[in-house]
Amino acid sequence: MKRAGVVVVGAGPAGIAAAVRARACGARVTVIDDNAAPGGQIWRRENKGAAAAWIGRLTGVEQIAQARVVAGDPVKRTLLIEMADDAFEIGYESLIIATGARELFLPFPGWTLPGIMGVGGLQALVKAGLPIVGKRIAVAGSGPLLLAAAAYFRREGAQVVILAEQASTIALLRFAGQLVRQPAKLMQAARLRMALLGVDYRRGCWVKRADLAGRLLRLQFNSGAIHEVDYAAIAYGLCPNTELAAALGCRLADGVVFVDDLQRTSVEGIYCAGEPTGIGGVDAALLEGETAGMVAAGQAPLRRDTGKRRGFDKALKTAFTLRRALRELPDASTIVCRCEDVTLEQLQPMTSFREAKLQTRCGMGPCQGRICGAATEFLFGWSAGSVRPPILPARVGTMCKETPE
Amino acid sequence: MIELRVNGQSVRVPKGASVAVAVLMAGHTGFRRSVKGEPRGPLCGMGICFECRLTIDGHAHARSCQIEVRDGMLVETE
Repeated sequence: MKRAGVVVVGAGPAGIAAAVRARACGARVTVIDDNAAPGGQIWRRENKGAAAAWIGRLTGVEQIAQARVVAGDPVKRTLLIEMADDAFEIGYESLIIATGARELFLPFPGWTLPGIMGVGGLQALVKAGLPIVGKRIAVAGSGPLLLAAAAYFRREGAQVVILAEQASTIALLRFAGQLVRQPAKLMQAARLRMALLGVDYRRGCWVKRADLAGRLLRLQFNSGAIHEVDYAAIAYGLCPNTELAAALGCRLADGVVFVDDLQRTSVEGIYCAGEPTGIGGVDAALLEGETAGMVAAGQAPLRRDTGKRRGFDKALKTAFTLRRALRELPDASTIVCRCEDVTLEQLQPMTSFREAKLQTRCGMGPCQGRICGAATEFLFGWSAGSVRPPILPARVGTMCKETPE
Repeated sequence: MIELRVNGQSVRVPKGASVAVAVLMAGHTGFRRSVKGEPRGPLCGMGICFECRLTIDGHAHARSCQIEVRDGMLVETE
């Protein structure tokens, strides 16, 4: 079996900071990531600034790219890893979970049409080479990412025909007021607004339905506005990726991985940093990653400043609270579980996610409820329940690589 | 530039592009067929939703957003 002192899962800001710090403390460090290159979502294909500086400090750290953790044993301290043509077990003394976040997608009639993507989703594709010069794009949903993504699409030559934020103007002004205590974030917000001058920016606005109109998508908004676009980028905020932590037995609290001041989870030898412990952004992720890396390698952490981070988390949640009207968007025939094509009316008689799984196969497809789980939590108040291995679809041959008890 | 085939049609895309990008640049919006036969394309762009899966060099269910293009790659949508 392959062995490392510190194994880090996820090569976004938190994972990179953790790996760099653990390595500097003298640990043998291996970073495992699903993507082709380090950076995570926020630093995808970034080759300057803080991203380049941190990624450049990964020297001496073993990086295993395009690898997925499909199972683990917190007692034996092993993880089972699947790659394109291979699978292996890796043993660790300390494990740092830095699995980041995904976007929240809410069902509405037509949301499964090709061309409707996440906000970070479309941004990831553009960063992966998709040309959008001259394309008509609608950006909708909720959260600060909408502005950043809209500005990015514009810079890449697209025409952002509408930017629709479901939160009210008043909620956003209150949020801006709170940013006064964080001048860097306030400056960032001001720069984004400048970059978006001339864009039709609506608050209290959301997409009600989508239909095909030839090669274009025809979007209807609650305001009555109709826009025809090449791509729609729609997401309602971020959901922490807690599946690996949950599968290894780490305690969750309020939907996020519970950690102490030293980033220790409830399971001995397992640490967690960044978005899985609560959406906090890149600065908090770096700080938590550094702490996790140092503590996992047996050293005292440098500094702590969680108060500010927690404040930001709370302010985000308050400002971008999803309005109840969004629960009324799907109609009876709207698909909620995209993997298994389960409709709203099939789910309505169910009383829990578990019952929905057993009766309708909702959440039983390849994404294993990562998309519909959060949607049904919003629509019905269901909680997703336990996570069992394999936590991602895996080959039978991979599962056979696990050392028996 | 990298040259690959999407449903038999030759496509040239920049090095480092994902297979999903190549498929979109070839003009395909539907990547796979859902259980009920609906066309589906990329949603999350980061390997989580499995909506962009297709067949690459004979391997079915590959997540096209997470795989980089290679010369001579054979990609088939559903």
